Amino acid sequence: MTAAAIENQLKGASTRNAAARARMLRSLLPALSLALVLLAIAWLNPRAISYFGFSLMLNLAIPITLATIAQMFVIAGNELDLSIGTFVGFVGCVTATWLKDAPLLGIVVLAGSIGVYALLGALIHLRNLPSIVVTLGMSFVWQGLAILILPKPGGKAPDWLLSLMAFKPPFIPFPIIAALLIAAVVHFGLMRTSYGVILRGSGGNAAALKRAGWSLLKTKIVLFALTGLFGVLSGMALIGITTSADANIGNGYTLLAIAGVILGGGEFVGGRVSPIGAVLGALTLALAASPLLTFMHIPPDWQVAANGAILIIVLAARVLISRREK
Amino acid sequence: MASLQTLIAKPWIWSFLGALLVWLATVAFTGGYGGGGMITAALSLAVFTVIVGVGQMFVITLGPGNVDLSLPANIGLASAVAMKVMDGNDAMIVVGLLAALACGMAVGAANYLLIWALRIPPIIATLSASFIIQSIDISYGRGLQIKPPPGFADFTNWQILGIPVLAILTVLFTVGAAIALQRMIYGRSVLAIGQNIRAAWLAGVNVGRVRFLTYTLSGMLGGLDGALLAGYFRGANVDIGNEYLLASIAVVVIGGTSVAGGKANVPGVWGAALFLVLLLTMLNTFGVSAGVRLLLTGLIIVGVITVAGGQKALR
Repeated sequence: MTAAAIENQLKGASTRNAAARARMLRSLLPALSLALVLLAIAWLNPRAISYFGFSLMLNLAIPITLATIAQMFVIAGNELDLSIGTFVGFVGCVTATWLKDAPLLGIVVLAGSIGVYALLGALIHLRNLPSIVVTLGMSFVWQGLAILILPKPGGKAPDWLLSLMAFKPPFIPFPIIAALLIAAVVHFGLMRTSYGVILRGSGGNAAALKRAGWSLLKTKIVLFALTGLFGVLSGMALIGITTSADANIGNGYTLLAIAGVILGGGEFVGGRVSPIGAVLGALTLALAASPLLTFMHIPPDWQVAANGAILIIVLAARVLISRREK
Repeated sequence: MASLQTLIAKPWIWSFLGALLVWLATVAFTGGYGGGGMITAALSLAVFTVIVGVGQMFVITLGPGNVDLSLPANIGLASAVAMKVMDGNDAMIVVGLLAALACGMAVGAANYLLIWALRIPPIIATLSASFIIQSIDISYGRGLQIKPPPGFADFTNWQILGIPVLAILTVLFTVGAAIALQRMIYGRSVLAIGQNIRAAWLAGVNVGRVRFLTYTLSGMLGGLDGALLAGYFRGANVDIGNEYLLASIAVVVIGGTSVAGGKANVPGVWGAALFLVLLLTMLNTFGVSAGVRLLLTGLIIVGVITVAGGQKALR
């Protein structure tokens, strides 16, 4: 072997290594974003880093995480769900009324709404419709239904749901355990099973999947049904925490969920999503939007701006990190 | 017959047909009463959606992921700026309008700065920006009780033979936008970028500049809309632009512009805006409750898009 050949081989190995390093850094970015926000909190208010502090700050983390995972499934199939927020609100209203007073009816309605999501997936695929418009329309439908079910804020969460969400495990706050559990389950399902690969493939290269004999109609239906399922879980978790419902309770979740997926390293096209990243992204957002800002002496006027600024700082930090790797 | 066929092939025809059907349904319900007034009212209200819709259309045409979510916050802030600068004084109308335009342009430029400097998807960039703008507006517009100058309020409500002057001006503006889109280098560049950003870049299109101009344009139109809304509704308000987030996207897409980018449609924005406003008027005339109104609006949007059908995939 000549020296030149050896040199070439070494060069090849080093570019391979660099590519692997870049990929790893990329997958670590969501965790780094979360660490960055945690560091900022620890620096601003050391007392917040405690069992009680985390329980308070991550109060709404479970529903946000579930809504983000819901959004992640449609994004995996190159679609976008602009109705997830009002859907969470609709589920909340059903949970606080029918699920408590007439559990059987409540269960049927919630299961039916997952079926509606599956049908939407079929409709979008069969008629080749832009999901943005269909889900935009559905966002009005869910909100309208929510107002019809619960015209005024009120209702009450079922007792079993209240006690579930009030669960206080030793040492580690419940939202963290729940987030780990959600991340593990979805990661296994979507990243480690063979059908999970097919689902992501429908966003990566639909034509290739079709030629390999898989039904794109089925993948779209499954992805949308999963979005519906996690939307239902998100709405129920939300009502378990807030104890009563309001037709507008979930409206902010649409944009939060999209932001969470993107913060978590997901991309709008190409089936590139990461369940663990999405959970980390959702936690970052939950912390950024938490009551933490009130005891940081930020006047209420500027609270929303602080959320935006945190989002921008996290993204700026990510750019710095990914530039360094080049 | 050939001309009829080309007319049917136009994607925007559906939105106008929808608007016409809704109007006919309402007039049939009222027994022919108030049909003219309904058109006047629909034109006055549709104007505000059309103005931001055109801005949003240019942004969406840039390609997948491009969307301006900061419009509602932008409209809110510009409405406050316009009212504060005009300060109820007729002599300051032009200055106030310019201030609102400048405010909107600054927002648009800031949006693009975030997209360019942080290389983040526009959805997230404009969303983060909107949080900050909203806070500036809350802080700046606190307790703002300034009425628009009487001259300005009259102007926004001015009608000639039942046709709002603002609507006539907006029609002229949309004609200009259509020419800019189809016949000018800027518009062709926007379309080229939306079809294939890399090909456009290789063909020598200054991609960065065109995208910057587009986001600034969208911001500017948001600013203009804010000032006009404050004039029409007699005062600024933090929430004045809230409904225009979904409405601006809805009119663009119902109007036949492709969400995948590279294909835009200006007349469709008008048709879709009239359709949505008339739909709301119809449901109000029928006297349905807020919940039913939302439910039917949503079902009709889904129904229209299903019937009008998606475009065949290019690849």
